[in-house]
Amino acid sequence: MNREDFPMLNQDIIYLDNGATTLKPKMMIDAISDYYSNYGANAHRGDYDISFKVDQAYENTREKVRKFINAKEKEEIIFTSGDTESLNLLVRGFFENIIEPEDEILITQSEHASNVLPWFRLAKKYGCSVNYIPLDDNHYVTMENVKKSITPQTKVIALAEITNVIGDIRPIKEICEFAHKNNIFVVVDAAQSIAHKKTDVQDLDVDFLTFSAHKMCGPTGVGVLYGKRQLMESVEPLNMGGGMNESFDSIQEVILKELPTRLEAGTPNIAGVIGFGASIDYLSKIGMENIQTYEVKLRKYLIDKLLMVPHIDLINIESDSGIVAFNVEGIFSQDVAYYLNKYNICVRAGNHCAKILKKETGVTNTIRVSLYFYNTEEEIDALVELLKDKEKILKEML
Amino acid sequence: MDEFLRREIIMDHYQNPRHKKECTDNTYQKANTNNASCIDNLDIYMKTNDNIIEDICFNGEACAISTSSCSIMISNLIGKTIEEAKEYIENFENMVNENKYNEEILKEALAYNEIYKQNNRKNCALLPYVGMKKLISELEKKETKI
Ligand SMILES: Cc1ncc(COP(=O)(O)O)c(C=O)c1O
Repeated sequence: MNREDFPMLNQDIIYLDNGATTLKPKMMIDAISDYYSNYGANAHRGDYDISFKVDQAYENTREKVRKFINAKEKEEIIFTSGDTESLNLLVRGFFENIIEPEDEILITQSEHASNVLPWFRLAKKYGCSVNYIPLDDNHYVTMENVKKSITPQTKVIALAEITNVIGDIRPIKEICEFAHKNNIFVVVDAAQSIAHKKTDVQDLDVDFLTFSAHKMCGPTGVGVLYGKRQLMESVEPLNMGGGMNESFDSIQEVILKELPTRLEAGTPNIAGVIGFGASIDYLSKIGMENIQTYEVKLRKYLIDKLLMVPHIDLINIESDSGIVAFNVEGIFSQDVAYYLNKYNICVRAGNHCAKILKKETGVTNTIRVSLYFYNTEEEIDALVELLKDKEKILKEML
Repeated sequence: MDEFLRREIIMDHYQNPRHKKECTDNTYQKANTNNASCIDNLDIYMKTNDNIIEDICFNGEACAISTSSCSIMISNLIGKTIEEAKEYIENFENMVNENKYNEEILKEALAYNEIYKQNNRKNCALLPYVGMKKLISELEKKETKI
């Protein structure tokens, strides 16, 4: 769908690495260029027309994000530099202040490094522990295992809605319901889900949600931390500086602004946020349901084809997202990626930043294909055709 | 070296790597070498006696180029003195980086004489050499301490 909107697709490439980042539609690129070319002033500063226009555009994106994830108030949306910064801000600015040594943080073995390492540091600093909700045979998180894992010490459950290797969709709504009954916070890393299915934070009832604009047709360097208002009120800023203070004097009396500005010190990534607004408009116009339906259908098409190739080991046959992980029997994943690269096919090889997952799958590295709505059946045909011939791979992979 | 022979050598050392095994003998020094930009990850072990490299072996997971390059490097270095090893390493690096080098001492490692054409694989060929250099510099540090 909509291939003509993506300048990158004018090249002769088959781009199947959407889990890493998505391609950018021209209207998003134009929005950024328009800002720099026509109203490139600072935000929250000037008393002149173009600066006012900047404020409006910047705050409009916040409203667009609010609507996109159905948050109650736009003050619940904080712009960051990306999902990773959002998670770090949350762990250091919120959980550091409430964590006790006896507390437990529950994650899973298939989390991305960005949803593991901030918690590891917290544990090291405050003596709390990080434990894992076991995955089932398909590497899924089941409600049963969540219930079994929770202890009276559990303070927070932090997990991706969709993982970046296995691509399973976690039962976030049920997890929130159960967790909240037990006074446990739920943090959802939506990096891989936000652009691939509809997100409704009120329906899910998540406490916090994080994601990056670049994985949803937006620019790099912009992300979001969402949190329920009453919780966000007690998130402490990690960055102090301009823009976020109401007043300060020489005796170090500092009064901070209200949300959301309080948590956005310094000149923000204005161009990025404006481009992000355009990408949200773009995705909304196509419709998240349409995107998901198309992706699931395309994934099934790919899986059916790969299943017919005897030397392909599929890691995740079942999954409701566009992520497919596999190996070519006896060939190191990176060599396969190099081989496909010779035919201008972009796939990812590696452990995809989920280094502890290998304990669960027994496989250290895989090839990962991650689909998006602009991918086609023809592209999949070309991929599978190249993978079918193992002799050819061995011959050409060097 | 012609294309066919080059391929033969690399595939042979990839599919039947020499000196690839687990090493728990603590008379060996150990160094890990991995690529920040990819997933190659090798441990290299070396045993020396009086400036002579008695044995080297390696273990780990890496692509065809890194694995074969490591296997060939080790085959060429066992029995050499540390000085000879350093000269060999320098020669290999010169070849990969398109500088002047001595063909003779590189033997099968000449299979990588055109790897410079594939920028993204240069580091794969060099990866085992990074590990080997670590081992040698650690050894030399130890010796100057004594
Ligand atoms: C599940 C998951 N979480 C977090 C991240 C980190 O996102 P970013 O690098 O944009 O901060 C990623 C990116 O690959 C991801 O897939």
